[in-house]
Amino acid sequence: MAKENNPRIPVSQQPFQVQKPEDTTAIGGTISIEVNEKKVSVPFGTTILEACKENQIHVPTLCHHPDLCVAGVCRICVVEVDGMRTLQTACTFPITSPIKIHTSTPMVRKARRHIIDLLLSEHYGECYSCFRNENCELQTLAKEYGVDSYTFGHITTPKFDVDRSSASVVRDMNKCILCKRCVRTCIDLQEVGCLEALDRGHETHVGTFLDKPLAEVICINCGQCINRCPTGALRANDPSDQIWNAIDDPKKHVVIQTAPSPRAAIGEEFGIEPGHSFTGELNSALKRIGFDKVFDTNYTADLTIIEEGTELLNRLKKALVDKDESVKIPQFTSCSPGWIKFIEHFYPEYLDYLSTAKSPQQMFGAITKTFYAQEAKINPADIVTVALMPCSAKKFECNRPEMDSSGFKDVDYGLTTREMAKMIKEAGIFLPEMPKSHFDDPFGDASGAGLIFGATGGVMEAALRTVYELVTGREVPFKNLNITPCRGFEGIKQASVKLENCVDAYKFLEGVEVKFIVAHGTANATKVMEMLKKGELNDVHFVEIMACPGGCLGGGGQPIPTSEEIRTKRAQAIYAEDESLELRKSHENPHVKLLYEKFLTEGPCSEKSHHLLHTHYTKRGKFIS
Amino acid sequence: MENNLDNNKKRTGPVLFSKYTRGEGIKKALAMPREDVLFELKSSGLKGRGGAGFPTSTKWMLVAASTASKKFIVCNADEGEPGTFKDRVLLMEYPELVFDGMVIAGYTIGAKTGIVYLRGEYEYLLLQLEEYLMKMRDDNLLGKNILSKEGFDFDISIRLGSGAYVCGEETALIESLEGHRGEPRNRPPYPVNTGYLGFPTVVNNVETLASVPHIMQKGGDWFRLIGTDKSTGSKLLSISGDCEKPGVYEIPWGTTITELLQFVGAQNTKAVQVGGASGICIPKRNFDRHLAYEDIATGGSIIIFNESRDMLHVLQNFMEFFVEESCGQCTPCRIGNTKLLEGVKMIRSGEFTFSYINALKDLGKSMQVASKCGLGQSSPNAFISILENFKDEIFFHNGYGRK
Repeated sequence: MAKENNPRIPVSQQPFQVQKPEDTTAIGGTISIEVNEKKVSVPFGTTILEACKENQIHVPTLCHHPDLCVAGVCRICVVEVDGMRTLQTACTFPITSPIKIHTSTPMVRKARRHIIDLLLSEHYGECYSCFRNENCELQTLAKEYGVDSYTFGHITTPKFDVDRSSASVVRDMNKCILCKRCVRTCIDLQEVGCLEALDRGHETHVGTFLDKPLAEVICINCGQCINRCPTGALRANDPSDQIWNAIDDPKKHVVIQTAPSPRAAIGEEFGIEPGHSFTGELNSALKRIGFDKVFDTNYTADLTIIEEGTELLNRLKKALVDKDESVKIPQFTSCSPGWIKFIEHFYPEYLDYLSTAKSPQQMFGAITKTFYAQEAKINPADIVTVALMPCSAKKFECNRPEMDSSGFKDVDYGLTTREMAKMIKEAGIFLPEMPKSHFDDPFGDASGAGLIFGATGGVMEAALRTVYELVTGREVPFKNLNITPCRGFEGIKQASVKLENCVDAYKFLEGVEVKFIVAHGTANATKVMEMLKKGELNDVHFVEIMACPGGCLGGGGQPIPTSEEIRTKRAQAIYAEDESLELRKSHENPHVKLLYEKFLTEGPCSEKSHHLLHTHYTKRGKFIS
Repeated sequence: MENNLDNNKKRTGPVLFSKYTRGEGIKKALAMPREDVLFELKSSGLKGRGGAGFPTSTKWMLVAASTASKKFIVCNADEGEPGTFKDRVLLMEYPELVFDGMVIAGYTIGAKTGIVYLRGEYEYLLLQLEEYLMKMRDDNLLGKNILSKEGFDFDISIRLGSGAYVCGEETALIESLEGHRGEPRNRPPYPVNTGYLGFPTVVNNVETLASVPHIMQKGGDWFRLIGTDKSTGSKLLSISGDCEKPGVYEIPWGTTITELLQFVGAQNTKAVQVGGASGICIPKRNFDRHLAYEDIATGGSIIIFNESRDMLHVLQNFMEFFVEESCGQCTPCRIGNTKLLEGVKMIRSGEFTFSYINALKDLGKSMQVASKCGLGQSSPNAFISILENFKDEIFFHNGYGRK
């Protein structure tokens, strides 16, 4: 993860950079140390925590997270180092000399126990009424260290009001243990910086600028802080009760669309190893819960590709043929609502670079309450649309006032993977045991191009599969249609495809080298935007940005915990599913073709499609009243 | 200030409160190679006067040996320990000692910039210190090619703190200098390696720097004659509390508390708090102990309590201070101090059990080893030492716990 030299992070929170030797076999490359009387050899500069992990010694951690820079504030990982008066935190201590470490002495155990006791004394609430019950790092530690009573008392009245102002993220600071993972996620990982520690001493708490409600600051709703919170202090705004009400209401026709990333991750909520998709099983489970129809968001992902791809070609034509200088190129993708709010706050003057295409979720809502209502002969007022998303920002997106082009609220509720799993469990269903079934018509199963939207680079890959073929009449020149330069978790990826032997309609693109950039995580988005500002993107045509590290599969609504390893496995599941499909190009999706034949008869980017499938953005800036 | 006849200065000594002509130390140092300055400093045995007692020569040597492109010398003038007021006197009356010390440090370690982190409450000193620095620049004691020493450029700027006690901790001070929240850093890395803006930095107390010009002028051997074997030189003490002549005293290291109490005119003394709130409380039976790094180390704060004082009250005062002044970053300090304060209040109200108070004492010991910085590591000292040394008074004679 990118964490080097971000000037906004205090040096104390940046990792201690020890120059690690490239060749560990060279003299001084490794150091012999003793861990619990066992002699081991570790590379110079390894932290005690890493050294212990390598040697199968468990050191508990709380403020440490593999995605974030070190903090060393919870002090739970303290160990004894011979010759040092005080205990040392394993997560921060780089090994640069032959030290002797003891990880389980009476002093260490007592200190850890005391720290847990202290945290529990100020941790308001009881485990059985917490959504993180059985998935809480504090709870796990308390159990590990046999804390069976509140040695130093237990707070019985809440100190803070729960902040429910945001459509996406709910903050209950009564459960906060001040590990500051959320702070580091916000400023270090995402470079947003709307959370910081406020006040001092015992009054210290994590808050926003002037302690304003979250809805009134520059939070982009990405929810990455939720994924990294060790306790239940941060959670998504859960609409499952309203959804149950709609399901239980016989007058309502409740449809749900499911995005590919939750399907690739929801198994984790049922104790399955990361890396298994449960698409078919989920369809059956949702039907059994009582959803009237289950649709595939990939259908509108395909639709997005058609609209966004056409928009890109139109922009290129205007720029290259009509020499229209007002056209903004490169075109940025607009599928990630976290990224949209990020650019609205941080780069409001560049909103014209964004594709006007709505995200697949919103397109689905608009199509459901118009085309589907018409086809199924249901009053759109009686339709309730639910979207299963890996994302907390989708909750904010569906509540944007402009998202009502169907004449109704296009998408009524955004549901995260975690909340979906809870509903499935509540309905008495064990997901992995469900039979598989297909999505419902009229949208049916979608293409693999829509599926890979879930991973960073997926939108780009899907768009290229379609745009290249539209322009040249041939498939993209990559084996099995796998455009590998788009794949992987590198922060910013750049590549290009040359267009040759174009069909007549696109002769103006003959010989053009289409350059594209893929970035994920808003820290990388910042870098791309700074490049744009400096004019370094003048020869780039298309930029995909996803707000979350890893793309949607690492979204703020996905199962907790998260790490690069887990995200990689989810990506593998998604790419495997894509490769197993017959249909892998958006423009070949027969149901999408049908939509253009029957409903959007004037084609992509026409007036009607603009009304239903496109949107506009708000210049928010950083001053919010 | 004018209402202090003698500016609170009560006893002069051979080192700090003695005659010194501005620039002499610099002249002497610049005439020597840097290694010799370090050698002189090493032979003097000077240790950090902020309280921790780290050998100054070692600190300087570590930075001098670094090949980094920039280095800094920071003067810690965030004098915030309760009961200490000696740095103010030095800065007001002997700025030449402090600033000459910084220049010598700059020369020795290879720094071009010195920064004084001045306590926010000392803002009234700012103008006169700035004026003094201007005069130094006029006389080429600061600026380019100082005293015609080719290539030695050095200047000093003054920055004001904002009143946080924890910013006296050197890494929190550096964070504050960088414009961040005043929170101590993880160590290692130490400031001598990764300090201000990530560059090697020496952070020295005002008094440490003020000792340097005398050492340069008179030599390390002279300095070693004063004090004890392991604690060389003399120390400024800020003495307050129940005595006739509170004020700033220069004493040689090794003085006993009994001697101290005699010349400040303290009577019926019950206890002496050495080292401020984060120090330890010495009961009467231990008054023969010496003030020295090897016995009772101190940054200079001495608070005297006579028989009329309620030691539990004293303890509560200290604990309230720590609850407020903890930076709130690490668990043991942020919550631990609150628990200790609660314990003190429980004793006052009589609603406590001895087993819980002992559990708190145990917690205090964990805080001493598990806290991130010196604040949390030393904040339980008062709790542990006062309850231990005055348990009869607190638990039985004063009637706490007999309700």
